[in-house]
Amino acid sequence: MTVFLLRRLLQAAGVVLAMSLLVFLGVYAIGDPVEILISPEADQQERERAVRALGLDLPIWRQYLVFLGNALQGDLGRSFVFNEPALRLILDRMPATLELAIGATVAALVIGLPLGLYAGLRPNAPLAKGIMAGSILGFSLPTFWVGLMLIMVFAVQLGWLPSTGRGETVTVLGMRWSFLTGDGIAHMIMPAINLSLFKISLVIRLTRAGVREAMLMDYVKFARAKGLSPARITLVHVFKNILIPVVTVVGLEFGGTIAFSVVTESVFAWPGMGKLIIDSINVLDRPVMVAYLMVIVLMFVTINLVVDITYSLLDPRVRLEGKA
Amino acid sequence: MSPPTLEVRNLRTHFFTRAGVVKAVDDVSFTVARGKVLGLVGESGSGKTVTGFSILGLVDAPGRIAGGRILFQGQDLVGLPDAAMRRLRGNRIAMIFQDPMMTLNPVLRIDTQMIETVQAHQKVSREEARQRARDALGQVGIPSPDERLRAYPHQFSGGMRQRVAIAIALLHKPDLIVADEPTTALDVTIQGQILAEAQKLCAQSGTALIWITHDLSVVAGLADDIAVMYAGKVVEQGPVEQVLDAPLHPYTLGLIGSVPSRNRRGEPLRQIPGMTPSMLNLPAGCAFRARCPRAEARCAEPPPMAEHAPGRLARCIHPHGEALAA
Amino acid sequence: MSSTTAGPAAAPRVETPFARFVSEFAASRLALGGLLVFAVIAAVAVLAPWIAPQDPYDLAQLDIMDGRLEPGAVGATGILHWLGTDDQGRDMLAAIMYGLRTSLLVGAGSAIIACAVGASLGMLAAYAGGRTDSAIMRVVDLQLSFPAILAALMILAFLGKGVLNVVIAIVVVEWAYYARTVRGTALVERRREYIEAAQCLALPTHRIIFRHLLPNCLPPLIVVGTMQIARAIALEATLSFLGLGVPITEPSLGLLISNGYEYMLSGKYWISFYPGVALLVTIVAINLVGDQLRDVLNPRLKR
Repeated sequence: MTVFLLRRLLQAAGVVLAMSLLVFLGVYAIGDPVEILISPEADQQERERAVRALGLDLPIWRQYLVFLGNALQGDLGRSFVFNEPALRLILDRMPATLELAIGATVAALVIGLPLGLYAGLRPNAPLAKGIMAGSILGFSLPTFWVGLMLIMVFAVQLGWLPSTGRGETVTVLGMRWSFLTGDGIAHMIMPAINLSLFKISLVIRLTRAGVREAMLMDYVKFARAKGLSPARITLVHVFKNILIPVVTVVGLEFGGTIAFSVVTESVFAWPGMGKLIIDSINVLDRPVMVAYLMVIVLMFVTINLVVDITYSLLDPRVRLEGKA
Repeated sequence: MSPPTLEVRNLRTHFFTRAGVVKAVDDVSFTVARGKVLGLVGESGSGKTVTGFSILGLVDAPGRIAGGRILFQGQDLVGLPDAAMRRLRGNRIAMIFQDPMMTLNPVLRIDTQMIETVQAHQKVSREEARQRARDALGQVGIPSPDERLRAYPHQFSGGMRQRVAIAIALLHKPDLIVADEPTTALDVTIQGQILAEAQKLCAQSGTALIWITHDLSVVAGLADDIAVMYAGKVVEQGPVEQVLDAPLHPYTLGLIGSVPSRNRRGEPLRQIPGMTPSMLNLPAGCAFRARCPRAEARCAEPPPMAEHAPGRLARCIHPHGEALAA
Repeated sequence: MSSTTAGPAAAPRVETPFARFVSEFAASRLALGGLLVFAVIAAVAVLAPWIAPQDPYDLAQLDIMDGRLEPGAVGATGILHWLGTDDQGRDMLAAIMYGLRTSLLVGAGSAIIACAVGASLGMLAAYAGGRTDSAIMRVVDLQLSFPAILAALMILAFLGKGVLNVVIAIVVVEWAYYARTVRGTALVERRREYIEAAQCLALPTHRIIFRHLLPNCLPPLIVVGTMQIARAIALEATLSFLGLGVPITEPSLGLLISNGYEYMLSGKYWISFYPGVALLVTIVAINLVGDQLRDVLNPRLKR
């Protein structure tokens, strides 16, 4: 297990390094940062001083090393717009995005697993067909459009829920959270549902496909031949087998959910990381873009690592290979 | 006189597919007495496995039992409510599957899979169930059962897994075991061991055994009676030695001729010409007639099952009577 | 059937694989409906300049006084606006027809390019094996672990708006799906006897790849490709909605929806709503077809 962990950690570090290079090249090599960083009124001397101060006269690989060194110390530059450290800007907005993503993930599992199980066990029942048609819709509907429709119906027409913003927040552990206040939850309902639609569909499909496949397996027939109750066969024999792919995908999708919150946050003006990055792209606030990308990459790598470990705990076969 | 352990009468199991009705089991009858072994022989697709599943009530849609009776100790299993059938399965009637690599759930430990079987039929503590599981593993010759109980299936070899599956089947000392080619996927030496144990078990405990196989040599050493299936029908049945020495049905003769054997060295192996017919549109009459050297016009009529000698049944209009007379 | 010979029984009706595929596909009315709807949408997109009530981007045809008319209103230019008008007085039906053109062009175009790039690389990985394989697959894994929307956002942030840039962004984020699919299938097929036989016959490599390997990789590729077209259309719409996609001169459905967003809160729903419906119907139709294709072409679900 230790060797397995160590190997995964090394791989993760490699990915972060590779991505930092990509991000660096993408952001600093395309376009001239001097144009953005230095005021146009500056004279030649000032420009040169600034270029030296920023290390832009160094060869590109030295610049990269400087960038990397700063990044390791948590310095990813200052936002042009807010004139604040970019990393802090992002971390400030992270709780909002996290609570949205977690809410969406929980909703996806709580709603998706039972529906998928039913659709897999009774593939020909009308309700199952309805569920599957719904899941196609969930996949097909572009997130932003569903968001608009939710606002149109529940905020504009019915006036039940607030359309934008985070509502009232409470500060716990130095971070502001919405899910602890009634007003905050009211603000969270629509964005969270909006964000989870795709995942609900995904969980339904994975579960259904897994159940259908498992039901054809010999071990299910053998379990029936042993005289086990249908409930035990479904909830233990089948369920444990499909949990592996579902947990893997939902776990991996957590990163995707955070990424897709870009769209949801834009629609609902939810003040999270996603809203920040879109605003930053629109005004070309490059340090914020870089910081956001690095934070996201780090998150992704962490998620992959956690999923890998969970996976190995669930599937004895993987666990053993890791040992060997 | 108490009824035989199992009596199957005119069983029909059909699959209603989009392409048509597949009569996988069509008018099959046989009897297995206490402590006896019936060898159910046939090629793949002849309906022998479906017969086994029918007995356990494990036929899935689009298949269902379309007719006949399955009398287990006098009680008809056809149409028995699910709950009642479940109380019998794994308890009084057990089944062993063909591929040991697939029958055990890969993500559950062996002890889980054994204990749940015990507890499905008896209200016993987990500890007692574990004790029973341990005993059963010891009974099928698995060394250090305590340790093995905590293992996962993938840590076992194929032969060991089949032993575990057999141990699970034995947990409740069933009255009937349906074994579906349990040794086909195994090495010959392992096969021998398992066969010997199966025979011993039946003799000692009075368990009736249906051994489904395509391998005549397995049946020769193990079974008391034999039923040969072809295209969903039993074409010949009788005591194993008589059938193998003097087959009545041309198909049985062909099967025996296809087995490479030591005493016919040098002679070319005989083979049955042609292929097994598609089960979707079986011709009327004898399904074997297209491949039968003795076929004639009358074979287009369905041949009845007839007793040609005491205890010797065959579904053929002109069986190999010469052998009988001799 | 008076013949009494012992010859083989009446031969079963011969069914070509393609005929069987068609009949299995047609077994789902939903999928057939999806195909039909998609055909209509594609026809509308192609024929838009001839069947649209006006050219929505010819300013001479627009009258600002017609701005934000409700569906069913008749404008100053005498056109009956079935779906209302936007703030510029543009007929929404016409705008949607033209928007469909852009959306379908970008979606299908990028899906096809991504398919060509991805399938080639996947095939190369499977056939070359070794280091080439692991290098390509490392990139694929990295790409797939990174959410499409983010990668596309970043690319567009650097490249700027524009139809071509959107296509590039979508190709970059989607090629990996094709590569993975093709490699997976090709690896399985490679080990089959018929490939070994072809190799024993010393057939040239390109012949083995294109005549033997590729046709056998087609079914999963078709399934993935269908789904990816829908994804590409949705992705383009999302990017345009976020203001990073196609330029305002060639609005796609996503941009139309985005333009209508601000009016929606004041109850003028139609500017956003109808383009959204068009987008939705298009994507659902494609997905219905893809879904049935997957069921029909997946050998594991065959009985």
